[in-house]
Amino acid sequence: MTANHQPDVRDLLDALPAVTEADLRALHDRLADSSDAQGVLDVAYRTLDTPVGTLLLAATEKGLIRVAYGTEGHDKVLKILAERISPRILHAPRRLDVAAREIDEYFAGQRRGFDLPLDFSLSTGFRRLVLSHLPDIAYGHTASYASVAAVAGSPRAVRAVGTACATNPLPVVVPCHRVIRSDGSLGAYLGGPAAKQALLELEAAA
Amino acid sequence: MTAKQPFEAVVAEHGGTVLRVCRAVLGAGDADDAWSETFLAALKAYPALPGDANVEAWLVTIAHRKAIDITRAARRHAVPVADIPECPAGQRADGRDLDLAAALAALPRKQRETVAYHYLAGLPYADVADVIGGTADAARRSAADGIASLRTTYRAPQSRKGEAR
Repeated sequence: MTANHQPDVRDLLDALPAVTEADLRALHDRLADSSDAQGVLDVAYRTLDTPVGTLLLAATEKGLIRVAYGTEGHDKVLKILAERISPRILHAPRRLDVAAREIDEYFAGQRRGFDLPLDFSLSTGFRRLVLSHLPDIAYGHTASYASVAAVAGSPRAVRAVGTACATNPLPVVVPCHRVIRSDGSLGAYLGGPAAKQALLELEAAA
Repeated sequence: MTAKQPFEAVVAEHGGTVLRVCRAVLGAGDADDAWSETFLAALKAYPALPGDANVEAWLVTIAHRKAIDITRAARRHAVPVADIPECPAGQRADGRDLDLAAALAALPRKQRETVAYHYLAGLPYADVADVIGGTADAARRSAADGIASLRTTYRAPQSRKGEAR
């Protein structure tokens, strides 16, 4: 005996005032604010339109934890965050205000470095070590996978540097796009080769 | 055990139903607070919820408790005022909606709860009984009484046509 067996009752109750999108949006925003204020919003996220497509930005209370290209599948990225960090995840743009502003400035050619707290929880071991060295490559410059391996103290780990870049949870902000092949070709990029090229051209022009 | 979805997906999937339930049980005035407290409590408890749990029944259970809390708090802080009609009919073009909300508000509490949890949230009567206490049969009777009462106090506009009133 389920509700579906009584469609006439459903019809009757359909005459109740409708719940509108605006009602739910207002309640959702209130939930985002109150959960953040109470310290129970483990991951806040928003999207940001940029010249290289719509980016997903996600932050814990510690800092920015994930920047994701559309090609990675934003829903998939959020599901992985739910599994690996916490399922307490809400669309809550306010926590990403500063990150979004700095990324906007970067794409406008007005910013050369990021001044953001970062949460590297998604990256461990050698990969994390590699990522920690990437901001040393100056804006507008590039370095080879081999030279990054050398700087990270494992000159033979060129492939592992490639993997670290390919799995960088914070592309754009942690500049894995500045790591290219020794022969000068761009190499792979998690946002696609066109995005890598666009970022390097942006930095060369500014 | 299925992987847990981001809580955002829970809000997107169930937010509308829970708001309808809160409105039906408490009226539009307190429904927003009940919704907010329900989802805040749910967010806190979400990591511990088993992956195969019935999320809708879980949310309705929380909403039921929050609605009771809100009603108790309102009773404690109640200031007697002259009777004000909850829904001044005729102020909106679509007056019939207000008529049904008012008819629902006039039902006894348990009837409002059983109608909301069964017909709006779609819970089977056994689950409704788990939420409010008592037996599934008692929940079924209460909802049936509520619907019967609604049919006598509220007439849909179609059936009103051609009637001399």
